[in-house]
Amino acid sequence: MDDKDIYTKLKVIIEPYLDDEVDMEALSLDSHLINELNINSAHVIDIVLDIENEFDIEIDDDSIMKMETIQNVLNIIKEKAAEQAS
Amino acid sequence: MKKRVVITGLGVVAPNAVKVSQFESALRNGASGIEKSDMLEELNFGCQIVGVPKYNPDDLKKIVPKSLLLKLENEAIKYSCLAGTDAWKDAGLEFTSRDSEPDWDAGIIFGVGTLAMDGFISEKMKYVDAGNTRKAGPRVVEQSMNSGAATYINEILGLGNVVTSNSSACATGTEAVIQGYERIKSGKASKMLCGSCESQGKYIWGAFDGMRILCNDSNDNPTNGSRPMSANARGFVPGAGAGALVLEDLESALTRNAKIYGEIVGGEVNSGGQRNGGSITAGSSIATIRCIKSTLEQSGVDASEIDLISGHLTATMADPKEIENWAIALERKGDDFPYINAPKSMIGHCIGASGSIEMVGAVLQLYKGFIHPTINIEALHPEILKVINENKVPRKVIEHELNYVIKASFGFGDVNSCIILKKWNENGR
Repeated sequence: MDDKDIYTKLKVIIEPYLDDEVDMEALSLDSHLINELNINSAHVIDIVLDIENEFDIEIDDDSIMKMETIQNVLNIIKEKAAEQAS
Repeated sequence: MKKRVVITGLGVVAPNAVKVSQFESALRNGASGIEKSDMLEELNFGCQIVGVPKYNPDDLKKIVPKSLLLKLENEAIKYSCLAGTDAWKDAGLEFTSRDSEPDWDAGIIFGVGTLAMDGFISEKMKYVDAGNTRKAGPRVVEQSMNSGAATYINEILGLGNVVTSNSSACATGTEAVIQGYERIKSGKASKMLCGSCESQGKYIWGAFDGMRILCNDSNDNPTNGSRPMSANARGFVPGAGAGALVLEDLESALTRNAKIYGEIVGGEVNSGGQRNGGSITAGSSIATIRCIKSTLEQSGVDASEIDLISGHLTATMADPKEIENWAIALERKGDDFPYINAPKSMIGHCIGASGSIEMVGAVLQLYKGFIHPTINIEALHPEILKVINENKVPRKVIEHELNYVIKASFGFGDVNSCIILKKWNENGR
């Protein structure tokens, strides 16, 4: 799965957690989950659970701490998918 | 200088109606909100009838941010968001915009009997029992902490004064209003959203069913199950919902030309200490009488001026004792006794939510000048008839100007709460 596929799936996962005042069009790899997208810390965990289901991976607590931007999340998904496939 | 406190907004999510105008019609018409529950039948409950509000889920989408509504599972919090925001809007107040400071002079006291016993908790706890807390997800705390309802409401309103939840069993709702009243009276807040909620579900109702205090003889005739003050009363019918009232400093209400439903002129809470006949589950009469008398004293209202009692009256064996206590506290009996009615005959006993839902009903009767019927009475309990005249318990709605309405709620733990509402006159007296 390439970055583009992951990003597309990720956008679908994140979209329900964004409130109306957040512009989905403005979403980019650099978007900060909490500071820019106003996603609260509890919802970040919900997103983690949704990602785990979608990509069939497990994300450990240390990795969750590193999930600040969409790019971070994408990297973690790739990393875990690679680790857990082997 | 003590502030005067008035009611400027109402919101309700009750078993027999959602929205204040519908609730008024339901009360006037004696409409029952009690229905058969197939779930409780399958679970072999003694009492298989309940009162559950029927709200429109689309109304939630209009007020609760999308991200919060997603995975919001606790029904009591949903009722509370609907009732709380309705009351706020009814008072003509705005939600604080997302990028401004909170309103430091406005707060919330929103009580509950037990927020965590909503049915949603069982799925979450299965994960915990299976050693997999990760799957329980991150939203259990905010939906099970007792302040959860107040917290969700305030996510929408953005208030900066006290935001908390009280709990005193079935006295919770009335107590919440009293706490808000005291906060404004002492000058610590100018507006308080006060109310309470109770969820639906097998765990809450099962706990009471296990006590054998619920009505078990009307599973085939649900609307007839809740029979407060009746000779054949057979226990209470559980209900769910939320009620909310905006209390406001009189000066603040007048300044913004708000609609005033009535004034709170006195409110008192106490406990019988589980002594002198009181226990965890039974109220002591001396404490109940003392609470009512104390409310009268602080309001400066003479007992003879009370036009209507909105009773606690649950349809248990405590009803005759309650009537006797009212008669002693007010020193009025027979034909001199005020009118009295039992909202629980229509909505069942909404436990932690009962006081606030019924307070909304009491305020509506005061404001609009009517006395709602008590339904399901074939014959009044003989012990009640020894104390008051039959005609003091209307079975049909009466149009009647009311100057003073007294409302009380009593709860497990031998606790009492009582409020006196006064009709508002345009000249401010």
